Amino acid sequence: MHKKINNFALQDKIFGYSTQFFALLVLVTLVGIIVSLLMGSWLTLSQTGPKFFVLDVWDPVRNLYGGMAPLWGTIITATIALVIGVPVSFGIAIFLTEMCPPELKRPLGTAVELLAAIPSIIYGMWGLFIFAPLFAETLQPLMINTLGKIAVIGVVFQGTPNGFGVFTAGVILSVMVIPFIASVMRDVFDTTPPILKESAYGLGATTWEVVWNVVLPYTKAGVIGGIMLGLGRALGETMAVTFVIGNAYNISPKLFDPGNSIASSLANEFNEASDPAHLSALITLGLTLFVLSFCVLAASRWMLSTLTKREGKRT
Amino acid sequence: MNAVIPGPGKSLATPDNPIYKRRVWVNRFNMLMSVGTMAFGMVFLLWILFTLFSKGLTAFGPALFTQMTPPPGSDGGLANAIFGSLMIVGSAIFIATPIGILAGIYLAEVGRDNWIAKITRFINDILLSAPSIVIGLFVYTLIVANVKHYSGWAGAVALAIIAVPVVVRTTETMLLLVPNSMREAAVALGAPQWRVVLMVTLKSVQGGVVTGVLLALARISGETAPLLFTSLNNQFWSSDMNAPMANLPMVIFQFAMSPYEEWQRLAWAGALLITLTVLVLNIIARTLFRQKSQ
Repeated sequence: MHKKINNFALQDKIFGYSTQFFALLVLVTLVGIIVSLLMGSWLTLSQTGPKFFVLDVWDPVRNLYGGMAPLWGTIITATIALVIGVPVSFGIAIFLTEMCPPELKRPLGTAVELLAAIPSIIYGMWGLFIFAPLFAETLQPLMINTLGKIAVIGVVFQGTPNGFGVFTAGVILSVMVIPFIASVMRDVFDTTPPILKESAYGLGATTWEVVWNVVLPYTKAGVIGGIMLGLGRALGETMAVTFVIGNAYNISPKLFDPGNSIASSLANEFNEASDPAHLSALITLGLTLFVLSFCVLAASRWMLSTLTKREGKRT
Repeated sequence: MNAVIPGPGKSLATPDNPIYKRRVWVNRFNMLMSVGTMAFGMVFLLWILFTLFSKGLTAFGPALFTQMTPPPGSDGGLANAIFGSLMIVGSAIFIATPIGILAGIYLAEVGRDNWIAKITRFINDILLSAPSIVIGLFVYTLIVANVKHYSGWAGAVALAIIAVPVVVRTTETMLLLVPNSMREAAVALGAPQWRVVLMVTLKSVQGGVVTGVLLALARISGETAPLLFTSLNNQFWSSDMNAPMANLPMVIFQFAMSPYEEWQRLAWAGALLITLTVLVLNIIARTLFRQKSQ
């Protein structure tokens, strides 16, 4: 009997350690990513140093590399994606939680999530062949002639009207991040205790007032977490951006001009790069992207976890 | 809500009170916008699907599955790319499934709230949304740079790294749904923990775990960025996982960016094929999941 129990204890120890090994594998992957990118970018980091991030030059012939232009493109496209994506996602989440007839809730929710399932290369192709040409013919000249004429901020809506560029990339990114942000918002909106909402309705509040003054303050952390999650996605999105951004190392306030993001530079140049300095500069860009999205995603996780903690306390 | 509250004397909540009117109109406008945003999302979904079908179906036919990718300017199919994709994605899921399930078991059953489990959970959630092109870069420096050539295996490893977090997450979530009384019952019968986990808890949520694997499969079937620097592409039929291998996403990328009309047609057909696969996998996974959680 004792022997059998000891045997069981041993078996459980083996089981525990072997599952732990696989869990640690996940951690090792992360450490591996960081270490390998650091090693790959060592040449650039030791020669150019932190200046790399403020240097606006990308010249494979003279072997001079600075990461400012792709970094700028990455941040601008992600910003455009959020400026369009956040209000739309908010609207979708309100619709799904407050207005949608119950029998439509599931199919429409699934439809929004399917938007996230479409591979990014499909968005890229669709942007290249359908959206960009249509945008160049219709909306873009209109925007240049109206919004582009406004004093100071008008310069943002100028550039080459061929449909490709930073703005188009941002619009397509916004469609891609909407499902992520909208489904997080819907889920956190659903955590609002019905009694809070009912009290507000009972006082005569309109649906909008309930959402804006009750649901939103209650779920603030989760909503910001969802937006950060969308931002993290938008920063690293590759294929959709590569097809439409125009691929030019260019820092310009004109959003219709071609640009480049970190991911699109990598996708376009990495296989052709043979010079160690060129390779190292590209890997440094990759490291920058990873660190950037790591921070954003970590913040998002933290925000979302404060919400679950509160939920845990309440029940 | 819109009813006038009857009160003694003059009530403030009459339809012609300007404040009341403004609130009603603000509400109507915002709710209308909310319906509009929903329509906005649906328009894009339907627009993309419509484009895929109308452009992709023109090149659909038996030749698509039997002929190789053609040289520029002639007709052909995608047979080698379809086969390559199946090989790479299949190997990736074969690598990722056991790792993901075992790591998920650790998080839900063994480690639970100890620091290793907490950190792993956090890192796993971040890897779930990490930029896939960086994973490609990592596998390039890990494998391709060391063996000095692109290979199907490198592509499979890159895709496996993307698939593991999905499997870990769903396995853990599913195992946490199992009521503790089931674990206690099994332990009371004298079963060691590994038996409890493998034969009771894991077994009772196997449908959910399969859902996770299917979702991971859907996630990696369309991934292009991690394959750029790992499996590359191959114009010919190749079943050698140790050499560059053709695969659908890379072929679509190359063909769509080309100026040749035949290539672009094939790219659309490939795009339709991938999207249908991904959407069907997603819908199957969701249906399975719904049955499980009911």
